[in-house]
Amino acid sequence: MVSEKAITKKDVEHVALLARLALTEEEKERFTKQLGKILEHAGKIKEIDTSKVPPTSHIVPLDNVFREDKAGECLSQEEALSNAPEKEEGAFLVPKIV
Amino acid sequence: MELFNQPAHELKRMMDTGEISAFEIAKSVFKRIEMVEPKVEAYVTLTEGQAAAQAKEADAKIKKGEGRGSLFGIPLAIKDNMCTKGVLTTCSSGILKNFIPVYDGTVVRKVSDAGLIMTGKTNLDEFAMGSSTETSFFGTTRNPWDLETVPGGSSGGSAAAVAAGEAIMALGSDTGGSIRQPAALCGVVGLKPTYGLVSRYGLVAFASSLDQIGPITKDVTDCALLLQAIAGQDERDSTSVDINIPDYNKALVADVKGMKIGLLKEMMGEGIQDEVKTAIKNAVDVFSKMGAEIIEVSLPHAEYALSAYYLIAPAEASSNLARYDGVRYGHRTSEKVKDMIDMYMKTRAEGFGNEVKRRIMLGTYALSAGYYEAYYGQAQKIRTLIVQDFEKAFDKVDAILSPTSPTTAFKIGEKFENPLQMYLSDICTIPVNLAGLPGISIPCGLSDGLPIGLQIIGKPFDEMTVLRTAYAFEQAYGFKERPKLD
Repeated sequence: MVSEKAITKKDVEHVALLARLALTEEEKERFTKQLGKILEHAGKIKEIDTSKVPPTSHIVPLDNVFREDKAGECLSQEEALSNAPEKEEGAFLVPKIV
Repeated sequence: MELFNQPAHELKRMMDTGEISAFEIAKSVFKRIEMVEPKVEAYVTLTEGQAAAQAKEADAKIKKGEGRGSLFGIPLAIKDNMCTKGVLTTCSSGILKNFIPVYDGTVVRKVSDAGLIMTGKTNLDEFAMGSSTETSFFGTTRNPWDLETVPGGSSGGSAAAVAAGEAIMALGSDTGGSIRQPAALCGVVGLKPTYGLVSRYGLVAFASSLDQIGPITKDVTDCALLLQAIAGQDERDSTSVDINIPDYNKALVADVKGMKIGLLKEMMGEGIQDEVKTAIKNAVDVFSKMGAEIIEVSLPHAEYALSAYYLIAPAEASSNLARYDGVRYGHRTSEKVKDMIDMYMKTRAEGFGNEVKRRIMLGTYALSAGYYEAYYGQAQKIRTLIVQDFEKAFDKVDAILSPTSPTTAFKIGEKFENPLQMYLSDICTIPVNLAGLPGISIPCGLSDGLPIGLQIIGKPFDEMTVLRTAYAFEQAYGFKERPKLD
């Protein structure tokens, strides 16, 4: 059951973590207000009874699309790394994980 | 008339008779760019050197009797969210400000194969999220008709470039109106094809179930020619559809006698500027005089479309934009970080602008545990109702008319701080995306010197009827105005 309460700053902090966005205090305040307003407007869709309506995720009726299991062209290692912010010995370099 | 102001089909005729060369056309366009680009700022990147070399090559081929394609040697601007091998592709975002693709998108390859010559990459709202081009990391493009107003968005750079003569034709992309709305505000022609007609491979993803690439041109004939060049199934986009591509040139018949044309009731009421309504009514009269039967049609669920869209599109965007993590490409924070998550969070906070952050937040919220059914699930059911509304309307008519944009171009800054107001700019175009239908915007008048766009909507994959209806109107109405930039 969805609570009808407006979105709180705590919600915004939780969603920002899920979205991997570091927000400033000012942004948290602003998004709490703005998202609240947008969601209030979007909440209009709850007015309609859709219990018998199927969802549309895609407009064109498509079955699974298969292709032959054959290797095609692919990027070279050099190309794949060409835009990497940091790289070392032919690999993407990231901060220490373990 | 200057070459840069001519449509492609006219330039092609002049090339065929030997009056002009591809190099002269390119020179005219780049001279124009030099003159007006400081005022309009339509481009993020210009590729003049490459274009000049390609134009010379094109002329050499033409001399040998090669290069007979209908757009061979024509200068084309490409929205900066389509991957161009070796040429900066920024999406007008700080997070991609240094991104140089290592491959061409399918549509980019197709226009290149057709002999079109890229002039450069045009400005957009960051990641195509916006209706004014104001959210671009590189600053706002200006409307050539009035430099104090926005060109619309998100394909504002492409529309402004075509309107200002800084390109003969352009490619845009449309998720909720991003081709049609700027085309309307800039007084040019813009078509969003049926979802699945044009490959999305190499188009930087915003909302994958809605995004489509399409032409922005000076007239309907050019629109048909450019659509021909880009349409078709692509094995690299599994959502592109395997259908026979018709000869769109055959749609260019100025005859709508006996055709049934619908006028959308819901889009002629509240919230639509009076001058826009008047221009649409005049357009209806033009069709009526040409012998079309006008029937009022209704989309009972249209009032829910905007809400559904602003849940579906941000939800898909929040998922698509998860890839910008500072690892494989794009910006990475230079601040000291504790761990991976800290690196992601700082990178994304620095790289994305306000509107993109807002939509990522909104989409993540709509998809998060406890809210999914109420927001995203419900929005997808509303989408079904809108599809059904259109199906019922198209039982009665062959094409549907509405305004493209509720207003003419608004002032820069006017809606920038009010996201909801900005979102309302797309109220006439969004239902068409949700239903996946083809829609075109063509100029149908001026109000206070600012263009008004007429939207013509068709059945799925019936671009032929959309183009024919648009062509008939264009021939009868004859919008010849150009912005006075000089």
